[in-house]
Amino acid sequence: MNISNETIDSLNQKLKDGSVTAQELANETFSTIAKKDEKLNAFITVNKDVEVATDLDLSNPLAGVPIAVKDNIVTDGVKTTAGSHILDNFMPVYDATVVSKLKENQMTIVGKTNMDEFAMGASNETSYFGEVHNPWNLTKVPGGSSGGSAAAVSSGEVIAALGSDTGGSIRQPSSFTGIFGIKPTFGRVSRWGLIAFGSSLDQIGVMSKRVRDSAQVLTAIAGYDDKDATTSKREVPDYTQFLNQDITGLRVAVPEEYMGAGVKPEIKEVIQNTIDLLEQNGAVINHVSLPHTKYVVPTYYLIGSSEASSNLQRFDGIRYGFRATDVNNLEDVYVKSRSEGFGDEVKRRIMLGTFALSAGYYDAYFKKASQIRTLIVEDFKEIFKDNDVIVGPTSPTTAFGIGEEISDPLTMYANDILTISANLAGVPAASVPAGMADEMPVGFQIMANHFDEGSIFKVASFIESQNKFYEKTPTGMED
Amino acid sequence: MITKEEIAHVASLAKLKFNDEELAKFTPQMDSIIEMANELGEVDTTGVKPTTQIIDVQNVYREDVVVKSQTREQLLKNVPETKDGFIKVPSILDKEEK
Amino acid sequence: MNFETTIGLEVHVELKTKTKLFSPSANLFGVEQNTNTNVIDFGFPGVLPTLNKNAYRLGIMVALALHAKVAPYTHFDRKNYFYPDNPKAFQITQYEFPLATDGYIEIEVDGKKKKIGIEEMHIEEDAGKNTHADDGYSYVDLNRQGTPLIEIVSKPDIASPDEAYAYLEKLKQTIQFTGASDVKMEEGSMRVDTNISIRPIGQEKYGVKSELKNLNSFNHVKLGLAYEEKRQAKIVLAGGEIRPETRRFDEPTGQTYLMRVKEGKDDYRYFPEPDLAPLYIDAEWVDEIQKSIPEMPDKRRARYINELEIPEYDAGILTQTLEMSNFFDETVKDGADAKLASNWLMGEVNAYLNDQKLELAATKLTPEHLATMIKLIVDGTISSKIAKKVFQETISKGVEPKSFVEEKGMVQESNPDVLLPMINGILDKNDQSIEDFKNGKDRAIGFLIGQIMKESRGKANPKMVNKFLLEELNKR
Repeated sequence: MNISNETIDSLNQKLKDGSVTAQELANETFSTIAKKDEKLNAFITVNKDVEVATDLDLSNPLAGVPIAVKDNIVTDGVKTTAGSHILDNFMPVYDATVVSKLKENQMTIVGKTNMDEFAMGASNETSYFGEVHNPWNLTKVPGGSSGGSAAAVSSGEVIAALGSDTGGSIRQPSSFTGIFGIKPTFGRVSRWGLIAFGSSLDQIGVMSKRVRDSAQVLTAIAGYDDKDATTSKREVPDYTQFLNQDITGLRVAVPEEYMGAGVKPEIKEVIQNTIDLLEQNGAVINHVSLPHTKYVVPTYYLIGSSEASSNLQRFDGIRYGFRATDVNNLEDVYVKSRSEGFGDEVKRRIMLGTFALSAGYYDAYFKKASQIRTLIVEDFKEIFKDNDVIVGPTSPTTAFGIGEEISDPLTMYANDILTISANLAGVPAASVPAGMADEMPVGFQIMANHFDEGSIFKVASFIESQNKFYEKTPTGMED
Repeated sequence: MITKEEIAHVASLAKLKFNDEELAKFTPQMDSIIEMANELGEVDTTGVKPTTQIIDVQNVYREDVVVKSQTREQLLKNVPETKDGFIKVPSILDKEEK
Repeated sequence: MNFETTIGLEVHVELKTKTKLFSPSANLFGVEQNTNTNVIDFGFPGVLPTLNKNAYRLGIMVALALHAKVAPYTHFDRKNYFYPDNPKAFQITQYEFPLATDGYIEIEVDGKKKKIGIEEMHIEEDAGKNTHADDGYSYVDLNRQGTPLIEIVSKPDIASPDEAYAYLEKLKQTIQFTGASDVKMEEGSMRVDTNISIRPIGQEKYGVKSELKNLNSFNHVKLGLAYEEKRQAKIVLAGGEIRPETRRFDEPTGQTYLMRVKEGKDDYRYFPEPDLAPLYIDAEWVDEIQKSIPEMPDKRRARYINELEIPEYDAGILTQTLEMSNFFDETVKDGADAKLASNWLMGEVNAYLNDQKLELAATKLTPEHLATMIKLIVDGTISSKIAKKVFQETISKGVEPKSFVEEKGMVQESNPDVLLPMINGILDKNDQSIEDFKNGKDRAIGFLIGQIMKESRGKANPKMVNKFLLEELNKR
């Protein structure tokens, strides 16, 4: 069976008619991973000992379906590393809330996907467990930080995967690998069990080839959690109800800054074609401005790194994870474990964040960035007064070559300019495949107002139904 | 310009250490990142309230009821060194205190 | 040169909740290491804090008892530092918006009353315990990690070690009466850090502070501060300069020793805690808490003096602890004469507690039993002397006084039908004493009473005997 051609619903049908069992699906997935991961390196841990549910409730389409989980989401009894040397032996003793929910829905967690170390990176090259390759072109990056999840879905190892998105870590790799990926509103999905990077920015989301699959999984994992004091108590709608709706009258904002000079012309063309498609089908296109877009990159890097510098202090070699051996005293344990345990990119962010919070610099950096965040939030509020969605490219470029940008952090950071704002403003955002440029997939970004994931699913499913991008097969996997 | 001394100070707060070679690579990188951050100075933020969270809830409390979850054995499983149910760590060796 | 002293006190008090401040582990003292812990207390990757409502409520209660203003808005902040007993390497505390500000405590030293201001008080999580051993290692127990604490910071109003002592006594007493904490220094539920500086009288600028640590009792605080006062004065008089130091009080010598010289301020990189929602403290909730606060010691003392006519000194002793004061109130409620109840509690009861080194709650004495016993004395059923015997049984074995005296035949004889024949019998045998009495020799009465008591085998009620004897003598 080729999972690439399946959906959650089609697998549910097969389970129902008995042509396959959940255990067979799991086994099939393991052999696919074994074969494809030689080229991709999408998984850090393959969970071969997974307990596949036997008493399947097949009225729930998720039951018995294999799914992959990013390796910064903790899984009881299954190694969880966050892509870092400092956690390369870490065995969680509890499940993240999203993992509990996947299990309640009888999904089979087949493994933990590769990622940039602590989700810090946009290329999956900062992983301690090696780089991940883009299924469309193995010499290119899959994007990051949820690069393993993206490659696993795009290559057909799994139908869906969970990712996390702090500044674009679901959307940019989805764009680079030609799949759908959604970062929900902040507070929509519990972060209990997500290894924190930027606590006010992090959200867990779903990645899948087909929009409907993500809608189904998101419906299952979203909602209030008494273990996460920042989750919303709003009811979770069944997101599949927003699929395949008429888009007539839909108000679509196109920020001029998202179609500006930094975006490659070939990408702009694909995006413009998709905007035209929306317009031709009854959507109203409004040209708007997000005037503080210029400042989102430094704002994001200051806030995210400040929070990260604090969140990552617990990795001190005392209670879990890597402890350096050549130590004479406590200070050695701290400094050597952390200096040997963290990679360069993580150290850069810890340093930046520590600096931004330190005495004498707090006001000029952390506080200043938090004030500009307010202005960015207001920009979004203003636009959502008259618009249902904001659209544009997910990334200014298509997937770049492995090794091409890793040596230059600033260039790498600048790539996030189009995805960061949604995290700063806490709004939901997704990337849906729009076409190809330079023989690589191009993602179309859709953002909506807080808790209006419905509008995103509406637009994404419309675009998917028009361009049928899912019919394309990644070209890099052919022998 | 951020100096090597400033980098060393921030590193000491973060419990990180860089050798000379790393420092030579790191200092200009940090410098250019901070230079980028300095662009924020252009924006007038007088009277603007900082945003540190975007959530739709307030006054979120837990009731004062004990919940047992993990056993000590589970919690100590990942600890590099333990003794008699304690977490064992090398001492600080603070001479003035001894 | 004469100096004036400025003392600041930072007092940490553990709140008496069932669970920790940000995790649902049990908040218990003295259990086996690392057993009252969970993944939150261990700071595992992926965990998040949730705020214990009861802890915040108790914090507000203490704030109100200290006349402080409760902040209508607050959020938590992170204080970042590395230490093995601090598992997340940050402590969740309130930095920008403390729970309450601007309170005060009224103290009395040498008969003079003085208000000591409270700058602010905030709620935060306690750290675990890191024990240094001789083997070059330290051993971490995270049971205490996350225990709710309030830190109470005084204004620079305290001008002497005696005032510091009085402030601590009063603070402990007030908090104890709210029931929000056990406030026991010996169990660590109350901890004191202090700083002290001196300056020449008339100088506006404060002198350089030294901080004192390792203060295990209020007495150590007083002794340590007194030593520091002198040490600093000596240095200044000798033309020296005070360094900003952290010093340790050493009990055996009564001196303080240098721990470290403070160089610059610690850089804790405080910032708002993103994992907890902001708090808007509703005035109605504060009112509700205000109403639930038990009567405070000052009020109780005034009530004892004015309504129950207890002497001022005694009222002060009775209100020293909540336990004693509650016991007294209950005893009076159960029908005991207030003055007698007070005398008994301050006399026999306290003597017993001191002797046995016990707390009132650890004895078998109940307010009901004490009240019964006092009633037996008042109505003449038993003598004070007998009562002391009964009391020993009651407090040590929980014996019910009334049935006990009845069973043991300890009841006094007050019945005139029994006493009058007995008195007249003795009088008939002692003509000489009657004559002596008539001649104004009072000693005769004593002799006669002695004879009657002997005849009754000590059971006759002396008061009644006295009364009847005089009546009978006058008849003759």
